[in-house]
Amino acid sequence: MLIDWFTFCAQLINFLILVWLLKRFLYKPILNAIDAREKRIAVELADADAKKSEAQKERDEFQQKNEEFEQQRAALMDRTADEVKTERQRLLEEAHNAASSLSVKLRETLENDARNLNQAVGRRARQEVFAIARKTLADLASTNLEECLVGVFTRRLRAMDGEAKQVFAQAIKTAPDPVLVRSAFDLSAEQHTVIQNALNETFSADIPLKFETVPDLISGIELSSNGQKVAWSIANYLDLLETGVGELLKKQGSPDAKAKPEPHKPELETTNR
Amino acid sequence: MHLSPDQMIFWQYGFFKLNGTIVFTWGLMLVLAVGSKLITRNLSTGMKRSRWQNLLEIIVSGMEKQIEEIGLYRPEKYIGFLGTLFLFVALGSLCTIIPYYEPPTGSLSTTAALALCVFVAVPFFGIQEQGFVNYLKSYVSPTFIMLPFHIISELSRTLALAVRLFGNMMSGVMIIAILLIITPLIFPIAMTVLGLLTGMVQAYIFSILAAVYIAAGTRVHNLATEAEEKH
Repeated sequence: MLIDWFTFCAQLINFLILVWLLKRFLYKPILNAIDAREKRIAVELADADAKKSEAQKERDEFQQKNEEFEQQRAALMDRTADEVKTERQRLLEEAHNAASSLSVKLRETLENDARNLNQAVGRRARQEVFAIARKTLADLASTNLEECLVGVFTRRLRAMDGEAKQVFAQAIKTAPDPVLVRSAFDLSAEQHTVIQNALNETFSADIPLKFETVPDLISGIELSSNGQKVAWSIANYLDLLETGVGELLKKQGSPDAKAKPEPHKPELETTNR
Repeated sequence: MHLSPDQMIFWQYGFFKLNGTIVFTWGLMLVLAVGSKLITRNLSTGMKRSRWQNLLEIIVSGMEKQIEEIGLYRPEKYIGFLGTLFLFVALGSLCTIIPYYEPPTGSLSTTAALALCVFVAVPFFGIQEQGFVNYLKSYVSPTFIMLPFHIISELSRTLALAVRLFGNMMSGVMIIAILLIITPLIFPIAMTVLGLLTGMVQAYIFSILAAVYIAAGTRVHNLATEAEEKH
């Protein structure tokens, strides 16, 4: 018999014991180790995936923030540029206005200066002329200036015509008082007569006269009645001179001044008081 | 000259005896158990591991894969039985290179014991998977007439398992023994190498057939589970 039943039983038990031993010492630990490794790898892979997805998320977030920042920056830049432009325009306008006002002020100052200068020149000229005139008149006193003055006055009186003559004639007629004749010097009786005659001839009437001496009138004679005045004096010439100098200065100040002022011929002055 | 290591009796007391089969089996058990214990004492679960651990992992995962390919969907459940069958037969064959050693599988008592284990394991796992009634139903499927054929098949395949392994292992040893008498040089070495190959093939065949039988016993249940998973 090839089968030994004791050996058969022993081998059966041996085999079962070996199954138990190998299960305990081989398969279980090895399979557990493999499982643990697989689990660990799976965990690491999951972790890596999570990290990757997190990194991707952060990257997306960062990119989005970056884009937002760029947009904000661009918007801010645009706004700032606009503000700068507006501010520049405003400042330019302000500067322009300031320059204009300064220019106006400068022109006014210049005009003021010119006017002041003009006045100073006039004052000085008048003073000088007065001084010259006084000197000349003092020198001419010996040549009977008063007579010459009266002569000139009567000539001018006779030459009076037009509206001025009519207005003065009307004043003389309506005046209750005699016509006042004022002179810078005492007139002689002869000179009184000359003036009387000249008036009578001019206005074709017998005009009552009253003579007065006023030293303020510079070498002149003044005829006044009922608010109307006819006068001739060197002061008139001086005033004309002053006017002429003033106009000359004004024309020199303005750039388009070309024409020279015509010097005024001193005429018999008729004023309404 | 003896046909099987059963005849190498070291000690006997009536029915009890200590023959070559038992002693060599113990030796193999000792090597397998102690070797496994030593290697798995410091197992690494990280990426770095020892060569021996690597070897064991390759063997175990290879067996697991084979079992899974046969159709047993939870290989960790069957690897204890099927893997031990393979390792025992394979190591028993490999050790033929050791002088004076005779494989315990060259004894019909051993192969019959292993075949009996398979014979018992098939209904054991079958009932565990499908339940007692369903397993018994598989004997009368597709018709009741098939019952005797199923029973004959069970018995004959168990017998075939035992005899095939015994025949192959015994013949290998016998051939070498005969060749040692006729041509004591070189030729027995070549036959030993061939015997190693035959032994490995036999170990593979034995465990694969056992797996196929178990898979056939649990198949109905597996197919049902598969169908459920598909739906």
